[in-house]
Amino acid sequence: MSGVLVVMEQRGGQWNRMSFEALAAGQQLAAKLGVECSAAVVAEGVSALASELSGKKLVKVYAVEHALLKTYTPDGYVAALEQVIKQAAPAYVLMPHTYQVRDFAPALATRFGSVLISDVIAVHDGPVFVRQLLQGKLNADYRHTGAGPCFVSVQAGTFRGDTVETGSAAVETFAPTLELPQIRTKPGELFRESAQTVDLSAAPVIVSVGRGIGEQENIAIVDELAKALGAELAASRPICDNGWLPMERQVGSSGQTVSPKLYLAVGISGAIQHLVGMKGSKTVIAINKDENAPIFEVADYGVVGDLFEVVPALTKAVQAAKG
Amino acid sequence: MKILVAIKQVPERDAQVHVASDGKWIDESDLNYTINEPDAYALEEALQLKEKNGGEVVVVCAGPERVTSTLREALAKGADRAIHIEADDLSARDTLGVAQILADAMKAESPDLILTGLQSDDLGLGQTGVVLAELLGIPHATIIMQVEVTGNGLKVKRELEDGWFQHVEMPLPALLTIQSGGNKLRYATLMGIKKAKTKETKTVQAAAAAGSPSITLERVYLPEKQKKTEMLTGSPAEVAAKIVEKLKFEVRVI
Repeated sequence: MSGVLVVMEQRGGQWNRMSFEALAAGQQLAAKLGVECSAAVVAEGVSALASELSGKKLVKVYAVEHALLKTYTPDGYVAALEQVIKQAAPAYVLMPHTYQVRDFAPALATRFGSVLISDVIAVHDGPVFVRQLLQGKLNADYRHTGAGPCFVSVQAGTFRGDTVETGSAAVETFAPTLELPQIRTKPGELFRESAQTVDLSAAPVIVSVGRGIGEQENIAIVDELAKALGAELAASRPICDNGWLPMERQVGSSGQTVSPKLYLAVGISGAIQHLVGMKGSKTVIAINKDENAPIFEVADYGVVGDLFEVVPALTKAVQAAKG
Repeated sequence: MKILVAIKQVPERDAQVHVASDGKWIDESDLNYTINEPDAYALEEALQLKEKNGGEVVVVCAGPERVTSTLREALAKGADRAIHIEADDLSARDTLGVAQILADAMKAESPDLILTGLQSDDLGLGQTGVVLAELLGIPHATIIMQVEVTGNGLKVKRELEDGWFQHVEMPLPALLTIQSGGNKLRYATLMGIKKAKTKETKTVQAAAAAGSPSITLERVYLPEKQKKTEMLTGSPAEVAAKIVEKLKFEVRVI
């Protein structure tokens, strides 16, 4: 058992871009360990994607093909990847931390008596895998200590997809043994609830509100600041979960990804799911009463204080400045 | 329909956490604990399914004696019974080890449906549910916003990234991990709290951990700052003036 295998994610022949971040992580880990790196792509009719991977610095590309893998199901992916991993016998299996990976990878790891080290934000020598605990309040170092392969999912933005090294790899078609009764769930087509009317991704200035606002009525004070700045109003997940703002105003891994000139975070603690959605922001200003809130780790300017005092004062000052 | 809900007790979100002296976990001495929020949504979904389709809701929680307070809260909200899996050594078990003691306790109940939150607020590994389904040999679906009981199984709505969704149909028994926000959480009523005292809580002992864990948490620590954050201090008016300066001359949005 040696080497690194990266499981790439695609849907309908289109890559999930996070796959290349996982691939970069896999190549760098393999180089550090002095072992080989391979990649696998799972689908029906996978040749175009596999040949794209054959131009990367990999020892082998597994094109895992089967008619029953046309649409993603956890049962199909677990059964197919279990067979690939048994053949390739990697010491490390790396995957992007997508919703799809979260759906099947824990079951796959279980088949090997192992546990997925999920949403990893750094890989140190050892290898030691760093992930966050308690909504980002703490970091934790995890090490694989079991006998089976080590399964890792890599959080968005941890590695850069454009650092994937090019090279030349052999493609091996792998036909897993799969029978229809093994697939117990029946997936439907993907859909969106309604046309999104708010495009936060294009907004140059965003004022975003989180749990610290306490109650729905209080959102008005943040809305006033947004209006004064000519900004879009956004929110973290709990605000939208409570129905205080529509889901389409949510920033984060399950919401929109934004990259404004200014992201003003009000009462947002900054869990990883929120940070991955806003880390493209050019300048981040955070107002939070908890000086240890993880949002201050990514903020350019921080204010530790009561948002109910700071925000109205700021609104007034902005209005005065705009005169 | 017999629904089991796996819930976890976690430190309250606002808790000021301190790294324990051995650097391997947090200091638990002054912490207040509560139900893991995604699990509260799983419980809510179970209670609503019971109200629509009848049956029974059983909450299951592994941990030391203190977790019984979280089980009582779930009973007060409307769960019918509780199972406490007594285990003082959860931190020595990995996800597979924890899922195994849940599976052991749940097998005897032969549930139609198992629900749990999509991840915990403390470890956040987000996999106990999926591992549990694998151990029990039942189908699963994750990050679920809606559950509908059909003639011979379930139709669920999964959340995907970037505002996409998908319906998935599956037979029973099955396991679902529930996303927050699909329902509105209920509060326990005074009547519910009174009633909870008469409801059954069964305690079972967790088997000793089998073998060593496959992953080990070696060290916990405060995250290093990714950016050099300039802290702005003063009265609210002073802070506001400083921010406006930055917005004018550095960020250039005013």
